[in-house]
Amino acid sequence: MEQATGGYRGVWRRLRHNPMGMIGLTMLVGAVAVAVLAPWLSPYAPDTVTRVTIMDIYQPPSPVHWLGTDDAGRDVLTNFLYGARVSLTVGFFASFIAVTIGGLLGITAGFLGGRIEAVLMRFTDIMLVIPDLPLAVVIVALTKPSLTNIILVIGLLGWTGTARLVRAQTMSIKQRKFVLRARAVGAGNRYIMRRHIFPLVLPLMVVNTVLVISLAILNESTLSFLGLGDPATLSWGQMLNYAFTRGAMSAGAWWALISPGFGIVWVVLACTLLGQALEQALNPRLLTHHLAADRTLTSLRRLQPDQAPASGTGTQ
Amino acid sequence: MAYEMVKPPLLEVTRLGVDYVDPPRPPAAALREITFTVQRGEALGIVGESGCGKTTLMLALMRLLPAAGRIVAGSVRLDGVELLDLDAQAMAALRWKRIAMIFQGAMNALNPVRTVGDQIAEAIRLHEGVTARRTLDRRVEELLDLVGIAANRRAHYPFQYSGGMRQRAMIAMALACSPDLIIADEPTTALDVMIQAQILQLLAELRRRLNLSILLVTHDLGIVAELCDRVLVMYGGVMAESADVDTIYNAPVHPYTQALLQAFPDPTRPAQKLAAIPGAPPRLNDLPPGCRFAPRCPQVFARCRTAPPPVYAITPAHAASCFLVEPTEGGAA
Repeated sequence: MEQATGGYRGVWRRLRHNPMGMIGLTMLVGAVAVAVLAPWLSPYAPDTVTRVTIMDIYQPPSPVHWLGTDDAGRDVLTNFLYGARVSLTVGFFASFIAVTIGGLLGITAGFLGGRIEAVLMRFTDIMLVIPDLPLAVVIVALTKPSLTNIILVIGLLGWTGTARLVRAQTMSIKQRKFVLRARAVGAGNRYIMRRHIFPLVLPLMVVNTVLVISLAILNESTLSFLGLGDPATLSWGQMLNYAFTRGAMSAGAWWALISPGFGIVWVVLACTLLGQALEQALNPRLLTHHLAADRTLTSLRRLQPDQAPASGTGTQ
Repeated sequence: MAYEMVKPPLLEVTRLGVDYVDPPRPPAAALREITFTVQRGEALGIVGESGCGKTTLMLALMRLLPAAGRIVAGSVRLDGVELLDLDAQAMAALRWKRIAMIFQGAMNALNPVRTVGDQIAEAIRLHEGVTARRTLDRRVEELLDLVGIAANRRAHYPFQYSGGMRQRAMIAMALACSPDLIIADEPTTALDVMIQAQILQLLAELRRRLNLSILLVTHDLGIVAELCDRVLVMYGGVMAESADVDTIYNAPVHPYTQALLQAFPDPTRPAQKLAAIPGAPPRLNDLPPGCRFAPRCPQVFARCRTAPPPVYAITPAHAASCFLVEPTEGGAA
């Protein structure tokens, strides 16, 4: 139990022994490094247009353009490196928004219960069954397709899973005795949620952030691919869109399609691997194994993890 | 009646009744007719086996019953103030300031991801509005010192504490706002005998020094003998017998108290076999119509199975709820 709840050291220890998780972490760190270091890594300044003649567009990979050029004669490697910035920015911010909303709703619903929970969770269910993508397409199409709007739309639509998970976790944490103790000390709901529930739900939210990042990046790519991206920024999805709509396929310019596709797959895979490893490292079952199942009559009767079963039947 | 008493009691519980409701089914009568008083500086032991309503009683006194719990009858007065009439805010302000609790299973009663000192400071922060880091730290260190924990352990996490230390920390926490009454729920369960003795000694000493009233909830008669002045024996949500410690141990009248004592090792007669009480406490949703102990009582007779026995006073300080002690004239107390 100490391991499961005693902070982040145990989590790191278990994560380190998960090869898939470490691969995911390395891949994600690599992607972030590429995005941060884009100005130094890329061979050309972004949007540098070499003289556009028919010879310059869709040039195959060469020592001058390692990944070839795109439909406007721009260097694909440069686009790819700068595109990582856009995709990761959207991924991180959107998932931060999503997890914050989901966490807030989940804790509130799970802790307060009753009518508030019913309302919040029905709302969550409704949001959950509405397909994200068509709704996102509609909203982005109606608003200005700027990067901020895309982040907001993805963030505001992606919180449902987190809300459900956090709610479930909160419901089990609130049965634990330190919550009763906090109440006995005179703490109110908000205080208990903030100081007692939140620190224990936080690891779950961290895992979710990582998993939602990949969803957000996929959503952004999809929106951009569908032509709803921010025209002022070149994300991986946007690169795919341009390549797809401007004849890269017929020109046989596979490099214009493969590069952004590879970037998307790389980051999504990294987040999924890391997220799953984190999930295992923070297995909620370990956090909740000593909770009583029946919360009406026996909320105080449970086996202590640190005592023999013979003396652990407690009182009621 | 109040004028007759020399000292008004600190805590006065009268005919308290608690139900657990579970809508389609009829409510379960978890507590009935619980009456007792605790004087200032007095320690009262509440004894009974698992499931007899000890914890329910304790939570009812603090008005911290789980959502399904309802106080359906009676009164709880602290220094003459009816706690059951207070609004939620007044009750929250009173908790810990007047009545504090030592929880069973200190590991679970401490939040694993916050330092022990921080959790002790919680009460001071909430009730006295003290927020200055340094003041809080000093108060916490004083409290830790009071229970015999080194000040530098303030910043440690619960899992870095030993079981005994965690229980000490719980006691320090209970003392944070200098309460009048401490409810100790199985304070020594899950501790080994040496640590148990230390914790009991600490409680006894603190009680003397701070003139605390203690309500000790336990299933262990040995602990009660060590710490308490009076005992209330509970069975199946009702009072079985109440008297001072000597009377309970030497002249118990209720068959349940007698059986409970036989189930407890007596160092003067080591050869004697411990006698278990056959059967189990009644289920709250399937209570016998008469005396709740009747199905397991060795001295049961016909009347026990038809009507619940009232509480008879044997002496002013000794009462039992059993037809066996019914006064011959038939006058119930």
